[in-house]
Amino acid sequence: MKEATGLLAREKGRAFVLAGGTDLLVRLRTGFIEPDLIVDIKRITATRSIDVRSNGFRIGAAVTGAELNEHAKLTKAWPGVVEAANLIGSKQVQGRCTMTGNLCNASPAADSVPALMAAAAKVVIVGPKGKRTIPVEQVPVAPGKTSLKKGEIIESILLPKRPPRSGDAYLRFIPRTEMDIAVVGAAVSVTLDAKGMCTDARVALGAVAPTVVLVPEAAKALIGTKMDKAALDALAAACSAACRPIDDKRGTSEFRIKVAGVLARRAAQIARKRAGGK
Amino acid sequence: MSAIHVTTKINGDVVDYVCEADETLLDVLRNRLGLTGAKEGCSTGDCGACSVTIDGRLTCSCLVLGAEADGREIGTIEGMAKGDELHPLQRKFLEHAALQCGICTPGILVAAKSLLEHNPKPTETEVRFGLAGNLCRCTGYDKIVRAVMDAAQEMRRA
Ligand SMILES: Cc1cc2nc3c(=O)[nH]c(=O)nc-3n(C[C@H](O)[C@H](O)[C@H](O)COP(=O)(O)OP(=O)(O)OC[C@H]3O[C@@H](n4cnc5c(N)ncnc54)[C@H](O)[C@@H]3O)c2cc1C
Ligand code: FES
Ligand code: FES
Repeated sequence: MKEATGLLAREKGRAFVLAGGTDLLVRLRTGFIEPDLIVDIKRITATRSIDVRSNGFRIGAAVTGAELNEHAKLTKAWPGVVEAANLIGSKQVQGRCTMTGNLCNASPAADSVPALMAAAAKVVIVGPKGKRTIPVEQVPVAPGKTSLKKGEIIESILLPKRPPRSGDAYLRFIPRTEMDIAVVGAAVSVTLDAKGMCTDARVALGAVAPTVVLVPEAAKALIGTKMDKAALDALAAACSAACRPIDDKRGTSEFRIKVAGVLARRAAQIARKRAGGK
Repeated sequence: MSAIHVTTKINGDVVDYVCEADETLLDVLRNRLGLTGAKEGCSTGDCGACSVTIDGRLTCSCLVLGAEADGREIGTIEGMAKGDELHPLQRKFLEHAALQCGICTPGILVAAKSLLEHNPKPTETEVRFGLAGNLCRCTGYDKIVRAVMDAAQEMRRA
């Protein structure tokens, strides 16, 4: 890892980290980028494993979508994160793509990113000046831009330990059933108490603003409620209000605003069910 | 960028080559090694015509650098038949006329083989989702799906 960050930091030209390459190679092939240096991180041991720790999961930066899906404990604890990552591309893409690449590509429509934000995931960044850990929401800053500095590499993603009665879910709207870019994505993670009252919630939306966004007002609408109709209405309204979308061929701004509320509501219902709520 | 020396295994045979740092595995297979079974349909990961396996995982070779193959095991369509004996999937594709122009066929066969290795008894829906990364402009997919289902059944009996 040290050697890799050193290579990136020393390169005077354009240097890129290569994980699964499913974004980088497309940009390379279509002439968007002309790298002077590409550093493949897939053979660095620290990036290759999923570790179960007392305080949660540590997912190496080069772990692929297919590998996440095969990890029974992770899938049980964070079904929403895994289902979001598994929506990326085809079987071929799943064999290569990583959540870290999805995050660093900084697309507003990145599928795994809303789920990671809702999960309160953090990333461990290694750079020339050492290690630092920041929340996922501080990584993307604009379409295609991250807060990472020259020479920095994300080494792993940390997912917190799940309290009992917790669940998460991610839903996206696309015109087809497979292989498309989200028009809207919504992720919800909740924790309930023994009586089914929501004690903690996080909500994030994709493809409705220049970056994936966390929506604290939507989370507030759920906390302290039994996630009944009134709470879900308030959640949907808060999500729609948080949207700053664009009009494009995939959907109008008005459509995205409406769908964000609808999807967040449905994702919240699935998350509640997964948390054991009725 | 500079040339890189790579030692890898392709369909079980050790292979050495030198490639440019930004050259894709698909270009290496086709242009340097004469393995032209994998096709270039889009070069952006959408069509699956370039499908190969790397250490047993299905991938698009157009989205892999040739340099990344070092020390890995690559599986291509050329390794599917055993000598003159076709793989059951290949036979069933012929029987069901599951191809027309044939450009998509090598990629679909590689993807279907990988699918059946992970799931020997797929439903029709699972086959359709499993092959969603492989585009075919000719057949309308029905014959492909039927050929895969039929091959799966035969392989289960064998
Ligand atoms: C056919 C196809 C379909 C797709 N479908 C979807 C989809 O449905 N949903 C979706 O969200 N995306 C989709 N994508 C986009 C892409 O697959 C995802 O964004 C994927 O998660 C990228 O991961 P990767 O490991 O391949 O990234 P790479 O291409 O390796 O890297 C992406 C970017 O992140 C940087 N980077 C990677 N790892 C690190 C690191 N550890 N530290 C610092 N920087 C890093 C790279 O330098 C690069 O700029 C699709 C792509 C293709 C080709
Ligand atoms: S050529 Fe690789 S997916 Fe189309
Ligand atoms: S047979 Fe022509 S693309 Fe499939």
